[in-house]
Amino acid sequence: MRTVSSSQYPITSNPVRRWLQAAGLALAVVILMGASDTDTRFKDLGHRMMCACGCGQILLECNHVGCTYSDKMRDQLMAALIRGGGGGESGGSGGSGAISDDLILQGFVQEYGPTVIAAPTATGFNRVAWIMPFAALAFGIAFVVYVVRSWKNRPTPALADGIVIPHGSELDELRRRARKETDL
Amino acid sequence: MSQIGSFALMLALGLSAYSFLAGLVALFGKDAASARLGETARRAGIATFAAVLLAGIVLVAAAFNDDFSIAYIFHHSNRELPLAYKFAVLWSGQEGSLLFWSLLLAGYGFVLRLRYKTDHRLFAYASMIIASVQVFFLLILNFAARPFGVMQGPLPADGTGLNPLLQYPEMVIHPPMLYLGYVGFTVPFAFALGALIMKYPGEKWIHITRRWTMVTWCFLTIGVFLGAHWAYAVLGWGGYWGWDPVENASLMPWLTGTAFLHSVMMQEKRGMLKVWNMALIFATFLLSMLGTFLTRSGVISSVHAFAQSSIGTWFLVFIGLTIAVCTYFLVLNRAHLKSEHKLESLASRESSFLFNNLLLLVVCFTILWGTFFPILSEFVQGHKVTVGPPFFNRVAIPVALLLLLLTAVGPLLAWRKTSLESLKRNFLFPAVGSIAVGGMMILFGVRPWEDPSYFYATMAAVLAALVIFTVISEFLRGGRVIAGKTDQNLVSAMVQLCHRNTRRYGGYIVHFGVALVIIGILGTPFNKEVEKEMGFGDQINIGPYTLVCQSYTQDDNPNYGNEWAIINVFRGGKQITTMYPERRFYKASQQPQTLPRIYPSFREDLFLVTDVYLVYEGKNETTGRPIIKAHLNPLVPWIWIGLIIMVFGTIVALVPNAAVVRVAATTPVREPAHVGAGD
Repeated sequence: MRTVSSSQYPITSNPVRRWLQAAGLALAVVILMGASDTDTRFKDLGHRMMCACGCGQILLECNHVGCTYSDKMRDQLMAALIRGGGGGESGGSGGSGAISDDLILQGFVQEYGPTVIAAPTATGFNRVAWIMPFAALAFGIAFVVYVVRSWKNRPTPALADGIVIPHGSELDELRRRARKETDL
Repeated sequence: MSQIGSFALMLALGLSAYSFLAGLVALFGKDAASARLGETARRAGIATFAAVLLAGIVLVAAAFNDDFSIAYIFHHSNRELPLAYKFAVLWSGQEGSLLFWSLLLAGYGFVLRLRYKTDHRLFAYASMIIASVQVFFLLILNFAARPFGVMQGPLPADGTGLNPLLQYPEMVIHPPMLYLGYVGFTVPFAFALGALIMKYPGEKWIHITRRWTMVTWCFLTIGVFLGAHWAYAVLGWGGYWGWDPVENASLMPWLTGTAFLHSVMMQEKRGMLKVWNMALIFATFLLSMLGTFLTRSGVISSVHAFAQSSIGTWFLVFIGLTIAVCTYFLVLNRAHLKSEHKLESLASRESSFLFNNLLLLVVCFTILWGTFFPILSEFVQGHKVTVGPPFFNRVAIPVALLLLLLTAVGPLLAWRKTSLESLKRNFLFPAVGSIAVGGMMILFGVRPWEDPSYFYATMAAVLAALVIFTVISEFLRGGRVIAGKTDQNLVSAMVQLCHRNTRRYGGYIVHFGVALVIIGILGTPFNKEVEKEMGFGDQINIGPYTLVCQSYTQDDNPNYGNEWAIINVFRGGKQITTMYPERRFYKASQQPQTLPRIYPSFREDLFLVTDVYLVYEGKNETTGRPIIKAHLNPLVPWIWIGLIIMVFGTIVALVPNAAVVRVAATTPVREPAHVGAGD
């Protein structure tokens, strides 16, 4: 085992510093405004955005080594939350000077493009993304019910003379006996 | 060496083309000459395997011998790469993995062609169809993605190395499993299309392909889960499924394959859903091809994707042709696929299979839709949008919960019609048990009304419990009957029960495994994470654990240099383990890589087992101290246990049935009773 200097590894110092800064800012938020609200919003918004570096991971889950975006974006998000104050329900504002979640996301879209949002918004053509799966489910259920009904209503094939098929309670009784005898 | 490989691939192309064309021509004739021609086609198919195998061996040998004159070896290996990973070079890049695809297909074809005596004509059709798929892959290997292309200019001294993400033991197993699954679906597809073309009478083709399908499904299941485990153990973000397009691509054929395995029982037992089953197996094969296309075409960005190349067009053409051929024969021979029976009741096994199929396909459609929506969005709106985990979680999870409900209820329904009385009787114990589980969760502080993720977690727990209790009650019920009739104890009676209808009870074991997987997933909303810079003696408190940094150190070997932290893990004041989260720097590729360490708390928690998951994120350059990210991921180990049980269930289902129950004859002998006829 030999000692290797840390400079051999391309560890980015900025992300660390930024993260510490973010932690400092978060501390300020805790002291000044109450942690729970901002933390919750940070986690919520951080999970609604992608890291812009192209790693394909959610912003708060991006840990890929040497990422030059995720720490910067996290800092920006925290700064926006602190600047904007509490509240911030989607589309609304939680108090004087509060920036809504939508506005914060909009700011990120302007800076990083629409792909920064982790799921299609419920506006315009993007609504189709949300509607289609449920439409497919509804269509599928309707189709299966139709198939079942049409099968049930299909005429029974004609039988050879002398064969009598039991129906109703007689058939149920036979089934009950069969199950009892096989017990499975 | 490259010349031998290239020659082997060209030879394989010639042989498979002959196998396809001669096989096709032979199918038109019924005389002795056609039979002889068909036999030559079969033998050419067998020889194709030998030729592709030779090409595969040459590529692996080139990796072992550090033959960097071959461009593929230069780009995916280096001298100091451990031997196991040199073997894995075969599937680590675009060209090699296509060769591996082709090799596995040739292997499947080889086995199929050896077993041709089961049904000469059907096997001849299947062999011809497999040969056509083989021709496609060999065309790509010979003309578009050549694994034996040589380096231009002076011979390099060393290669650029294997991607660090792939230098993990599971990468030696995960891709082969996944590929065995993908490629394996070609066999049931070939039999189905062959049976359709020749209007094969009866359901024998399904009996023939049942084992192929189950084995293939099992491989795909293992492949998908190993992929998830690899992501968990290597990528270091604390999760195992990111809804990445390539992950989605592996899940889609799994979903349709699962639907096929269920609905095919309706065709076997009741002669129903013949068109549907054809469509399902066609879709499964096509989705396997789509998955291969997605990783290679560059149409969708993904962390898994191979380099962008022109072979996407080849795949699109092939997929288009396959759709055209399948649709043509489905329409042409639709009369042959008429259902033989009608459905009698909504409360029946048949309708549960119908709804099961519907839900599986809706989940599959959702994933397909979400995967391709960015392209559609770009076409319509002029810009791409991201369809990431929030979309899939919100849309697919409710449908998956419905599916779980059906998994629980389905086995309690009888074929044809279920009486309300029997449903009540069979459902009582599982329903009470699962409601109790839900109650306990609330008692322990889970508030499903506070957050949608808690609601889903509670629902998933209740439904998973319902599945487990259903399976247990089915085993107990059947076991008691046999125990009563044969004077065995309950456990051996249940083993015997299993052996008498392996498919039914193997299927129940698979359901049990699925329920455990769901339990593993439902812990996600309760995950915790803390990140901290840790000096000697510094500690992180997370959940009931205290993590204390004992030291950190460095090491070096010819392949990589590394540094790691030594973290002691305490719980309740007692040290339970030491963990070594690590960070490597690979010399050949000049790429860093984190390697998380995971401690599952089986000894401390058993049922509520939690993973302590530590990531060495790097060093603060100013202080020189490591930054550690700690995750607590409850229940995750159940996912991997669930997989093992699913595989075990599949193996049970593959075992041939014991023929009949041998009832101790204390009374005058009657006809032996067949049990478990209603799987």
